[in-house]
Amino acid sequence: MPRSLFEKVWESHMVRDLSSGQTQLLIGAHLIHEVTSPQAFGMLRELGLKVRFPERTFATVDHIVPTDERAEPFSDPLADAMIKELRRNCEEFGVTYFDIASGRQGIVHVVGPEQGITQPGTTIACGDSHTSTHGAFGAIAFGIGTSQVRDVLATQTMALNKPKVRRINVDGELSPGVYAKDVILYIIRRLGVKGGTGYAYEYGGEVFDRFNMEERMTVCNMSIEGGARVGYVNPDEKTFEYLKGRPYCPKGKAWDEAVERWRQLASDPDCGYDDVVDFRAEDIMPSVTWGITPGQGVFIDETIPDPDKVDESQRDSVIEALDHMKLKPGAPIKGTPINVAFLGSCTNARLTDFQEVAGYLKGRKVARGVKAIAVPGSMAVGVICEELGIDKVFREAGFEWRGAGCSMCLAMNPDKLVGDQICASSSNRNFKGRQGSPIGRTILMSPLMVAAAAVTGEVSDAREVFGIESPNLVSA
Amino acid sequence: MALEKITKVEGKAVYVPGDDIDTDRIIPARFMKCITFDGLGEFAFYDVRKNDDGSDKPHPLNDPRRAGATILLTGSNFGCGSSREHAPQALHKAGFRGIVAESYAEIFFGNSTTLGIPCFSAARPDIREIAAAVEADPDLVVELDVETPAIRCGDKAYRAELRDSARNSLLAGRWDPIAELLEGMEKVEETARRLNYV
Ligand code: SF4
Repeated sequence: MPRSLFEKVWESHMVRDLSSGQTQLLIGAHLIHEVTSPQAFGMLRELGLKVRFPERTFATVDHIVPTDERAEPFSDPLADAMIKELRRNCEEFGVTYFDIASGRQGIVHVVGPEQGITQPGTTIACGDSHTSTHGAFGAIAFGIGTSQVRDVLATQTMALNKPKVRRINVDGELSPGVYAKDVILYIIRRLGVKGGTGYAYEYGGEVFDRFNMEERMTVCNMSIEGGARVGYVNPDEKTFEYLKGRPYCPKGKAWDEAVERWRQLASDPDCGYDDVVDFRAEDIMPSVTWGITPGQGVFIDETIPDPDKVDESQRDSVIEALDHMKLKPGAPIKGTPINVAFLGSCTNARLTDFQEVAGYLKGRKVARGVKAIAVPGSMAVGVICEELGIDKVFREAGFEWRGAGCSMCLAMNPDKLVGDQICASSSNRNFKGRQGSPIGRTILMSPLMVAAAAVTGEVSDAREVFGIESPNLVSA
Repeated sequence: MALEKITKVEGKAVYVPGDDIDTDRIIPARFMKCITFDGLGEFAFYDVRKNDDGSDKPHPLNDPRRAGATILLTGSNFGCGSSREHAPQALHKAGFRGIVAESYAEIFFGNSTTLGIPCFSAARPDIREIAAAVEADPDLVVELDVETPAIRCGDKAYRAELRDSARNSLLAGRWDPIAELLEGMEKVEETARRLNYV
């Protein structure tokens, strides 16, 4: 029987059926960070248990680390207590820990692939909903809660319901200035923020075949914003090329054997899916959100919805969102003034994101009054950007170039919005209060659109700002 | 590790309307700077409940008539966003023992079940009707019957859904799966050996 990659991986990692009807599933790699793991280690101690496979468990610190003054002790005593607790837990239980001093620290979803821990055909778990990112490599990766972190620490397994699989095809060609971020914002807008509940998303089609690994990660990352806990792309030569030589990947003969095995993993051409959805790349334009869920988005040249003109079922949500965002119904989103530009997060803070933006940002200046920060997803990304002089382009434009971490994606460190500031953000969530101020406002967009907003001081079409010729751009 | 068999939850209810209520809203990230879950209860829904200076905003959870409510009524896609277990932990510590929503985000549903909080799904008009009944009489007892599953309120009963695996594990007192996962360790080792990379 032809099978999808999801089925192959699920079946090979199945341990047994549980009395509830769930499956006990083996987890190949367990990634942990400081926010969702301390209580799990606490439970482990209480139960007198050990980490069963410490060599398959990897930790880093990302959510609470400051991105400017990174020497310990941190100025925030709570943050300092958390990093110390993580270090103590990793030492006591024998877990590999990518500390700041190791030079390998960063956002857990950037570090996993970078270190070659994320591999095709593995199962991955992490106490973080954006674990779906790792699916870009043909892994099946689950975001989990803290009790499940405990389960995986203690048993390297967890109890799961088997999801259905939806294949999402994007065929055709994206026009210049349209990025992976626009693709996933479009998919979420079309399928809804809960459209993926109960599904694993398999992304494919010409656009994904052409995407590099980092673009695939951007899309898989936001699967959860569409309700899908798992998102993945079938592995191909690009996947293997990206992984080759990375620290935790097999070497020599073992590498060749692994690649041979990985080639068998891709979904069989005639396998069945529970659902199939097709999109055209040509229909996708640079996108921004106007509301308080990632599904509340429009193309840059569209207008902000009017609650009187939307479907009744949406009306309350639209009113609530506009009330929070203080945006005018029916007005264009383009031209909305911004206060902060944030280029970072596990969605869009990898090398190619900064490279792409730097290419356009050179010689431009951040608008007066806009606070612009660029936060590499990992220390390694930061180092490469510095070697290539990318940091200099950002600094000269007026961006602050920071140390690696989650930063203003969720503002558990000192990087926060103040009052009702509006932030043009390359992150993944525009929830109320997400960026640290309960009344702060977030507009999600691609990195280049963040740069465009930074230099103009308002939500802008990056294609116009940076002179990107596009057949779809109606020029004035 | 014997757990309580959860066959029903009953008590006062409170209605927090809204769709797509995310876990950042249930427990804002800044309150996750902690290494235990203790004390999270008072921060549930903090930013929608409190003004900057810590004084109360008008919110159902601040209404003294709703004090002691154990059942939370709400909209669709409840608990979307972050996987933080801090969210159901905060609700549990704030006294909630059952939730009725139109639908749930998956990770939140699983996290809540593991804490022994049944997450019932019901039709929107039914939730609104129950909310209206509770509004009229705050002391009205709402009952979540896990077995059927059904919601009873006054002399009315409403259809509800609860995923089989959750229902089974609540009824059997196995809602926290750790004991059963540990029982399977021999097979875990076997699977790991077969996979050859773990
Ligand atoms: S960057 Fe944002 S979304 Fe990603 S792990 Fe950090 S807080 Fe979560």
